[in-house]
Amino acid sequence: MASGTSRDVLGRGLAVLGRAIREQPRIFAVAVSGSVLFGAMVVASAFVVGRVVGDVVVPAIERGSVGVGGLALAATALFGLSVLRVAGIFGRRLGAGYMQYRLQADYRRRVTRRYLDLPLSWHHRNATGTLLSNANSDVEAAWHPIAPLPFAVGTLVMLVGAVASLFFTDWALALVGLGVFPALFALNVAYSRRMAPRQARAQRLRAEVSGIAHESFDGALVVKTMGREGQETARFADRAGQLRDALISVGRLRGIFDPMLETLPSLGTLAVLVVGAYRLRQGAIDVAELVSVAFLFTVLAFPVRAIGWVLAELPRSVAGWDRVRRVLDATGEMPYGELRLDATAAPASLTFTDVGFAYEPAEAHLPDAEVLGEVSFTVPAGKTVALVGPTGAGKSTIAALAVRLVDPRSGTVRVDGVDVRDLASDSLADNVALVAQVPFVFDDTIRANVSLDRPGIDDEAVWAALRLAEADGFVAALPDGLDTMVGERGTSLSGGQRQRLTLARALAGRPRLLVLDDATSAVDPRVEAAILAGLRSSPSGGPGASILVVAYRRATIALADEVIYLEQGRVVARGTHSTLLSTVPGYIDLVTAYDQAEVDHERKADYEEVTPLASGLEVER
Amino acid sequence: MTVVAEESAGSERAESTWRTLRRGLALSPELRVGLAATLGLALVYMLGRVAVPVAVQQGIDRGIVGGLDLNALFTVVAVTAAVLVVTTACGYLMMRRLFTVSETALAGVRVRAFRHVHDLSMLHQQSERRGSLVSRVTSDVDQITQFLQWGGVILLVNLGQLAVTTAVMLAYSWQLTLVVYAAFVPAVVVIRLLQQRLAGAYGVVRQRTGALLGAVGESVVGAPVIRAYGIAGRTARRLDEAIDSQRQAQQKAIRISILGSSVGELAAGVALAGVVVVGVFLGADQTLSIGEVTAFLFLVTLFIQPVQIATEVLNEAQNAIAGWRRVLDVLDVAPDVADPGERGRTLPPGPLDIRFAEVRFAYPNGPTVLHDVTLDIPAKSRVAVVGETGSGKTTFAKLLTRLMDPTEGAVLLSGVPLTDIRFDSLRSRVVMVPQDGFLFDATVADNVRFGRPELTDEQLVAAFTELGLADWLDGLPAGLATGVGERGEALSVGERQLIALARAYVADPDLLVLDEATSAVDPATEVRLQRTLDAVTRGRTTLAIAHRLSTAQNADEVIVVDRGRIVQRGPHEELVADPDSVYALLYASWLEQTR
Repeated sequence: MASGTSRDVLGRGLAVLGRAIREQPRIFAVAVSGSVLFGAMVVASAFVVGRVVGDVVVPAIERGSVGVGGLALAATALFGLSVLRVAGIFGRRLGAGYMQYRLQADYRRRVTRRYLDLPLSWHHRNATGTLLSNANSDVEAAWHPIAPLPFAVGTLVMLVGAVASLFFTDWALALVGLGVFPALFALNVAYSRRMAPRQARAQRLRAEVSGIAHESFDGALVVKTMGREGQETARFADRAGQLRDALISVGRLRGIFDPMLETLPSLGTLAVLVVGAYRLRQGAIDVAELVSVAFLFTVLAFPVRAIGWVLAELPRSVAGWDRVRRVLDATGEMPYGELRLDATAAPASLTFTDVGFAYEPAEAHLPDAEVLGEVSFTVPAGKTVALVGPTGAGKSTIAALAVRLVDPRSGTVRVDGVDVRDLASDSLADNVALVAQVPFVFDDTIRANVSLDRPGIDDEAVWAALRLAEADGFVAALPDGLDTMVGERGTSLSGGQRQRLTLARALAGRPRLLVLDDATSAVDPRVEAAILAGLRSSPSGGPGASILVVAYRRATIALADEVIYLEQGRVVARGTHSTLLSTVPGYIDLVTAYDQAEVDHERKADYEEVTPLASGLEVER
Repeated sequence: MTVVAEESAGSERAESTWRTLRRGLALSPELRVGLAATLGLALVYMLGRVAVPVAVQQGIDRGIVGGLDLNALFTVVAVTAAVLVVTTACGYLMMRRLFTVSETALAGVRVRAFRHVHDLSMLHQQSERRGSLVSRVTSDVDQITQFLQWGGVILLVNLGQLAVTTAVMLAYSWQLTLVVYAAFVPAVVVIRLLQQRLAGAYGVVRQRTGALLGAVGESVVGAPVIRAYGIAGRTARRLDEAIDSQRQAQQKAIRISILGSSVGELAAGVALAGVVVVGVFLGADQTLSIGEVTAFLFLVTLFIQPVQIATEVLNEAQNAIAGWRRVLDVLDVAPDVADPGERGRTLPPGPLDIRFAEVRFAYPNGPTVLHDVTLDIPAKSRVAVVGETGSGKTTFAKLLTRLMDPTEGAVLLSGVPLTDIRFDSLRSRVVMVPQDGFLFDATVADNVRFGRPELTDEQLVAAFTELGLADWLDGLPAGLATGVGERGEALSVGERQLIALARAYVADPDLLVLDEATSAVDPATEVRLQRTLDAVTRGRTTLAIAHRLSTAQNADEVIVVDRGRIVQRGPHEELVADPDSVYALLYASWLEQTR
């Protein structure tokens, strides 16, 4: 790392620390006071030890008799100092710890709030792992130097005090101190400077090693079925080897500096003995002062390292802080409006007018990928509309736009004639529900997963929704019923069960518009038919919901009052199933694919009876 | 699962620390190489710490008190300085060896554990949280290194320092040594007690950190649900609770930790005061010199640090040993579905036939999902397995690809029992496409050539063309070079399945097993794929677990599974002919859905 950059990092690191102090000034003051008290007592203890030796021990031994008063005073002073040191430790460590943890908690709160406020398009551009570490390890890294900071500040004060007291004692001994303390300080700084980039590299490699392990274990089934364990291990071993080398280089640096940092104050003590002896001969100091100074060197060596700790943590802190800031400063909120839909149980209408949409690319230099263009259609109140189209036509995007997970690039989406961007958050959520293609289940009970703590959804309503989604059977069979915990991402449930649970979640809110994004694909055809029949009318026999359904199955499509047929993000045709079936070739291909397959099959069966089976890959179609 | 349970328990495991250490050292014999030399260097390094108080005593008694003798003083200082240079050099060598040896040994453990996790059976892999498997090869190994570098050697060095300091003190005065011990022994007892509580407090911190990560993870992964249901307020409240309870646990832990260091500090104060009082009385009796009393004051400071470090390290050692034990436990699990390796047989060349011989399968401690299945499938045939959700049809695919072994009976390919077939032979000849076609965060091309890295881009394009997917590939933003995102999430679910299918296709297997591999693809594409697959897999054996009965219609034979038993088998037309059969009912429902 060039020294220019590292000086820059130092400046920015100190700015981050300054921010921490401004945010928690009082607790920081407590911590620093404790630290200064501790430092002062350390310096004081050296002089008390010196005085005790010079004024109590030497006379007593030389005279061969004990002065009880002086001795009692000495013992009290030594013990008293250590009580005050303990008080200092309490103030310093408690203050530093509380300050660090409060800042961490505070920033975790701010970062996760941003996650909730930022639109999904922002989430799409950021990897899950990155967002997790932003809230966790980056926040932690940013405030990590706070733990040793008060100690370091107290040590600085203590060093100044120590040098001043040295001058007060004797200028020659003070010169020894002036040689040793700055050298110790410089050694610490040099150590931290060299260590920081090595630590950063190790940290980065550690994350990469963990990333490879995570991905590889996630895809364990594919690795196993294709017999790629060896190659995956080689991929992991390569990065683990780099990590090993990085950690060894960290260790070698420690091997150089740690022993030197320990030896330097010892050499200082020896120098004090030599210089002190000369000064003693000159009569400039007495034995007590000599012992004091020697003791001072011994007890100061350790605290000086706290300064090194803070400096060593700064680059990591700056890197963490930058990543945290990136989240806090991210723009592009999707603010909600003020309008509310009328409180009614009647089905709602949905209107798309010239809607266009493109996903922003993950990397800025790539072009936008247009997904939808000029999409217009209506789901009239109480009607069911089916969205049909080939894989990748943009159906899921329409479903997301309908419940305002994302906003269109152009055009408008309206519910009951109101632009969804003008609606208040709860008003939209109360009226419209989406069941996604891939079910998401919270690590919580069945009850909480269905009700989501929404008001008015009691156990009875939960059971009613489960019944409607044909999930009541398996829930009733679970050991704890509604109280069963479903595990991380619902791992204790099968795919079909998870899907039915998310269906029940949507139904429990009695939405006036229901959007189903191929939400019954993991459910067997017979079960699906039953669910769809239930959806057409509400459980209480009142008005049902308007339904926008993404579907491939003809039975589902046939239930729709109207079909919107999409190709490559455009509405190609709309009308009833039977109209489209007689007029739109693409639609015919898609929807009658299975019948065609059957016809082909029958034809082929005849054909094959007279033609012997060809073998190999080269068969002509 | 045992591993997860253990994480919270910590010391509940019966296995002793020593046994774990022995197992660990047996696993990484390189750790022992030169250990004696490293320890020797460490002890010399530690002697440097005791040198200074001795020098102070010698210097004061010989060179200062009772008439200055500068020559004597210089000799003492010069000898001590020389000793310090040597001990510093030993310190450097000790650390260098320690870091090189431990990091090298543990990188090996990391890689071995990684490989072992892949070698474990699918059942075992799925019984653990992904995160806990990852920590076996990351943070657990880090903890062991921490222990070896800090715990092991530093603990010994500090205990050595205590021993040597004690010896030096005893040489000066047994009475003063007693005073110092009287101050420190109760402190050590109290510190140990506090540290047991501290270990508990840190356990709570770890647990709450886990809960916090879980909460943040849900708020990130579940963002669409949170937005769609307008439950940002509820989510924020839960996050706040998780954040605050973690902070409270941290604060509790630090309070206990401070108490511990205070006790050590106070003991030092008591010891200093005691040394002065007793030392003065002894000195007055001419039992002790001034230098010796002074040296004692320095020696007491040498006592505080090792006492605090040693007690702290003992605690961390507990955690590290637990980490080591977790890694060892993973390595000790013998894969229940093991590669016969060298002893195994290779599959005979050519198309493969399948035989299930009286196969029964039950999940561990679970009900039987397949009962007494006996089945012959001739080579080159195309078979569809159908049945309702939970009927046991996916179990077929898993047994056939040896992701799991039958509880009873055997599966044979061309007459060779699966358990005898070497994995490299099995995996190159038998490939399965699972329903959830996991993609790696790389390009389309990288994912497709996963099984055969030597394929060129041209060959990949040719493969897509053969599968009739050339148009779809052209429609991707960057064709083969399109990034698929984490777990393939930049693509739709159906598109991911297309890539997974291409990946299996280029692997060129003789037996292709499809487990609802096209369930999220649109019907037209599915039917097209079906046709092209029929063509390109002709001459091989295919077994398809079918969700849509269109697949069954095209198969040479349909196997109908109901509640873990084969209830019908034969060509589609034959099975439909019996109007009351399970298949006829499934088919009627399917027709209802599709027309």
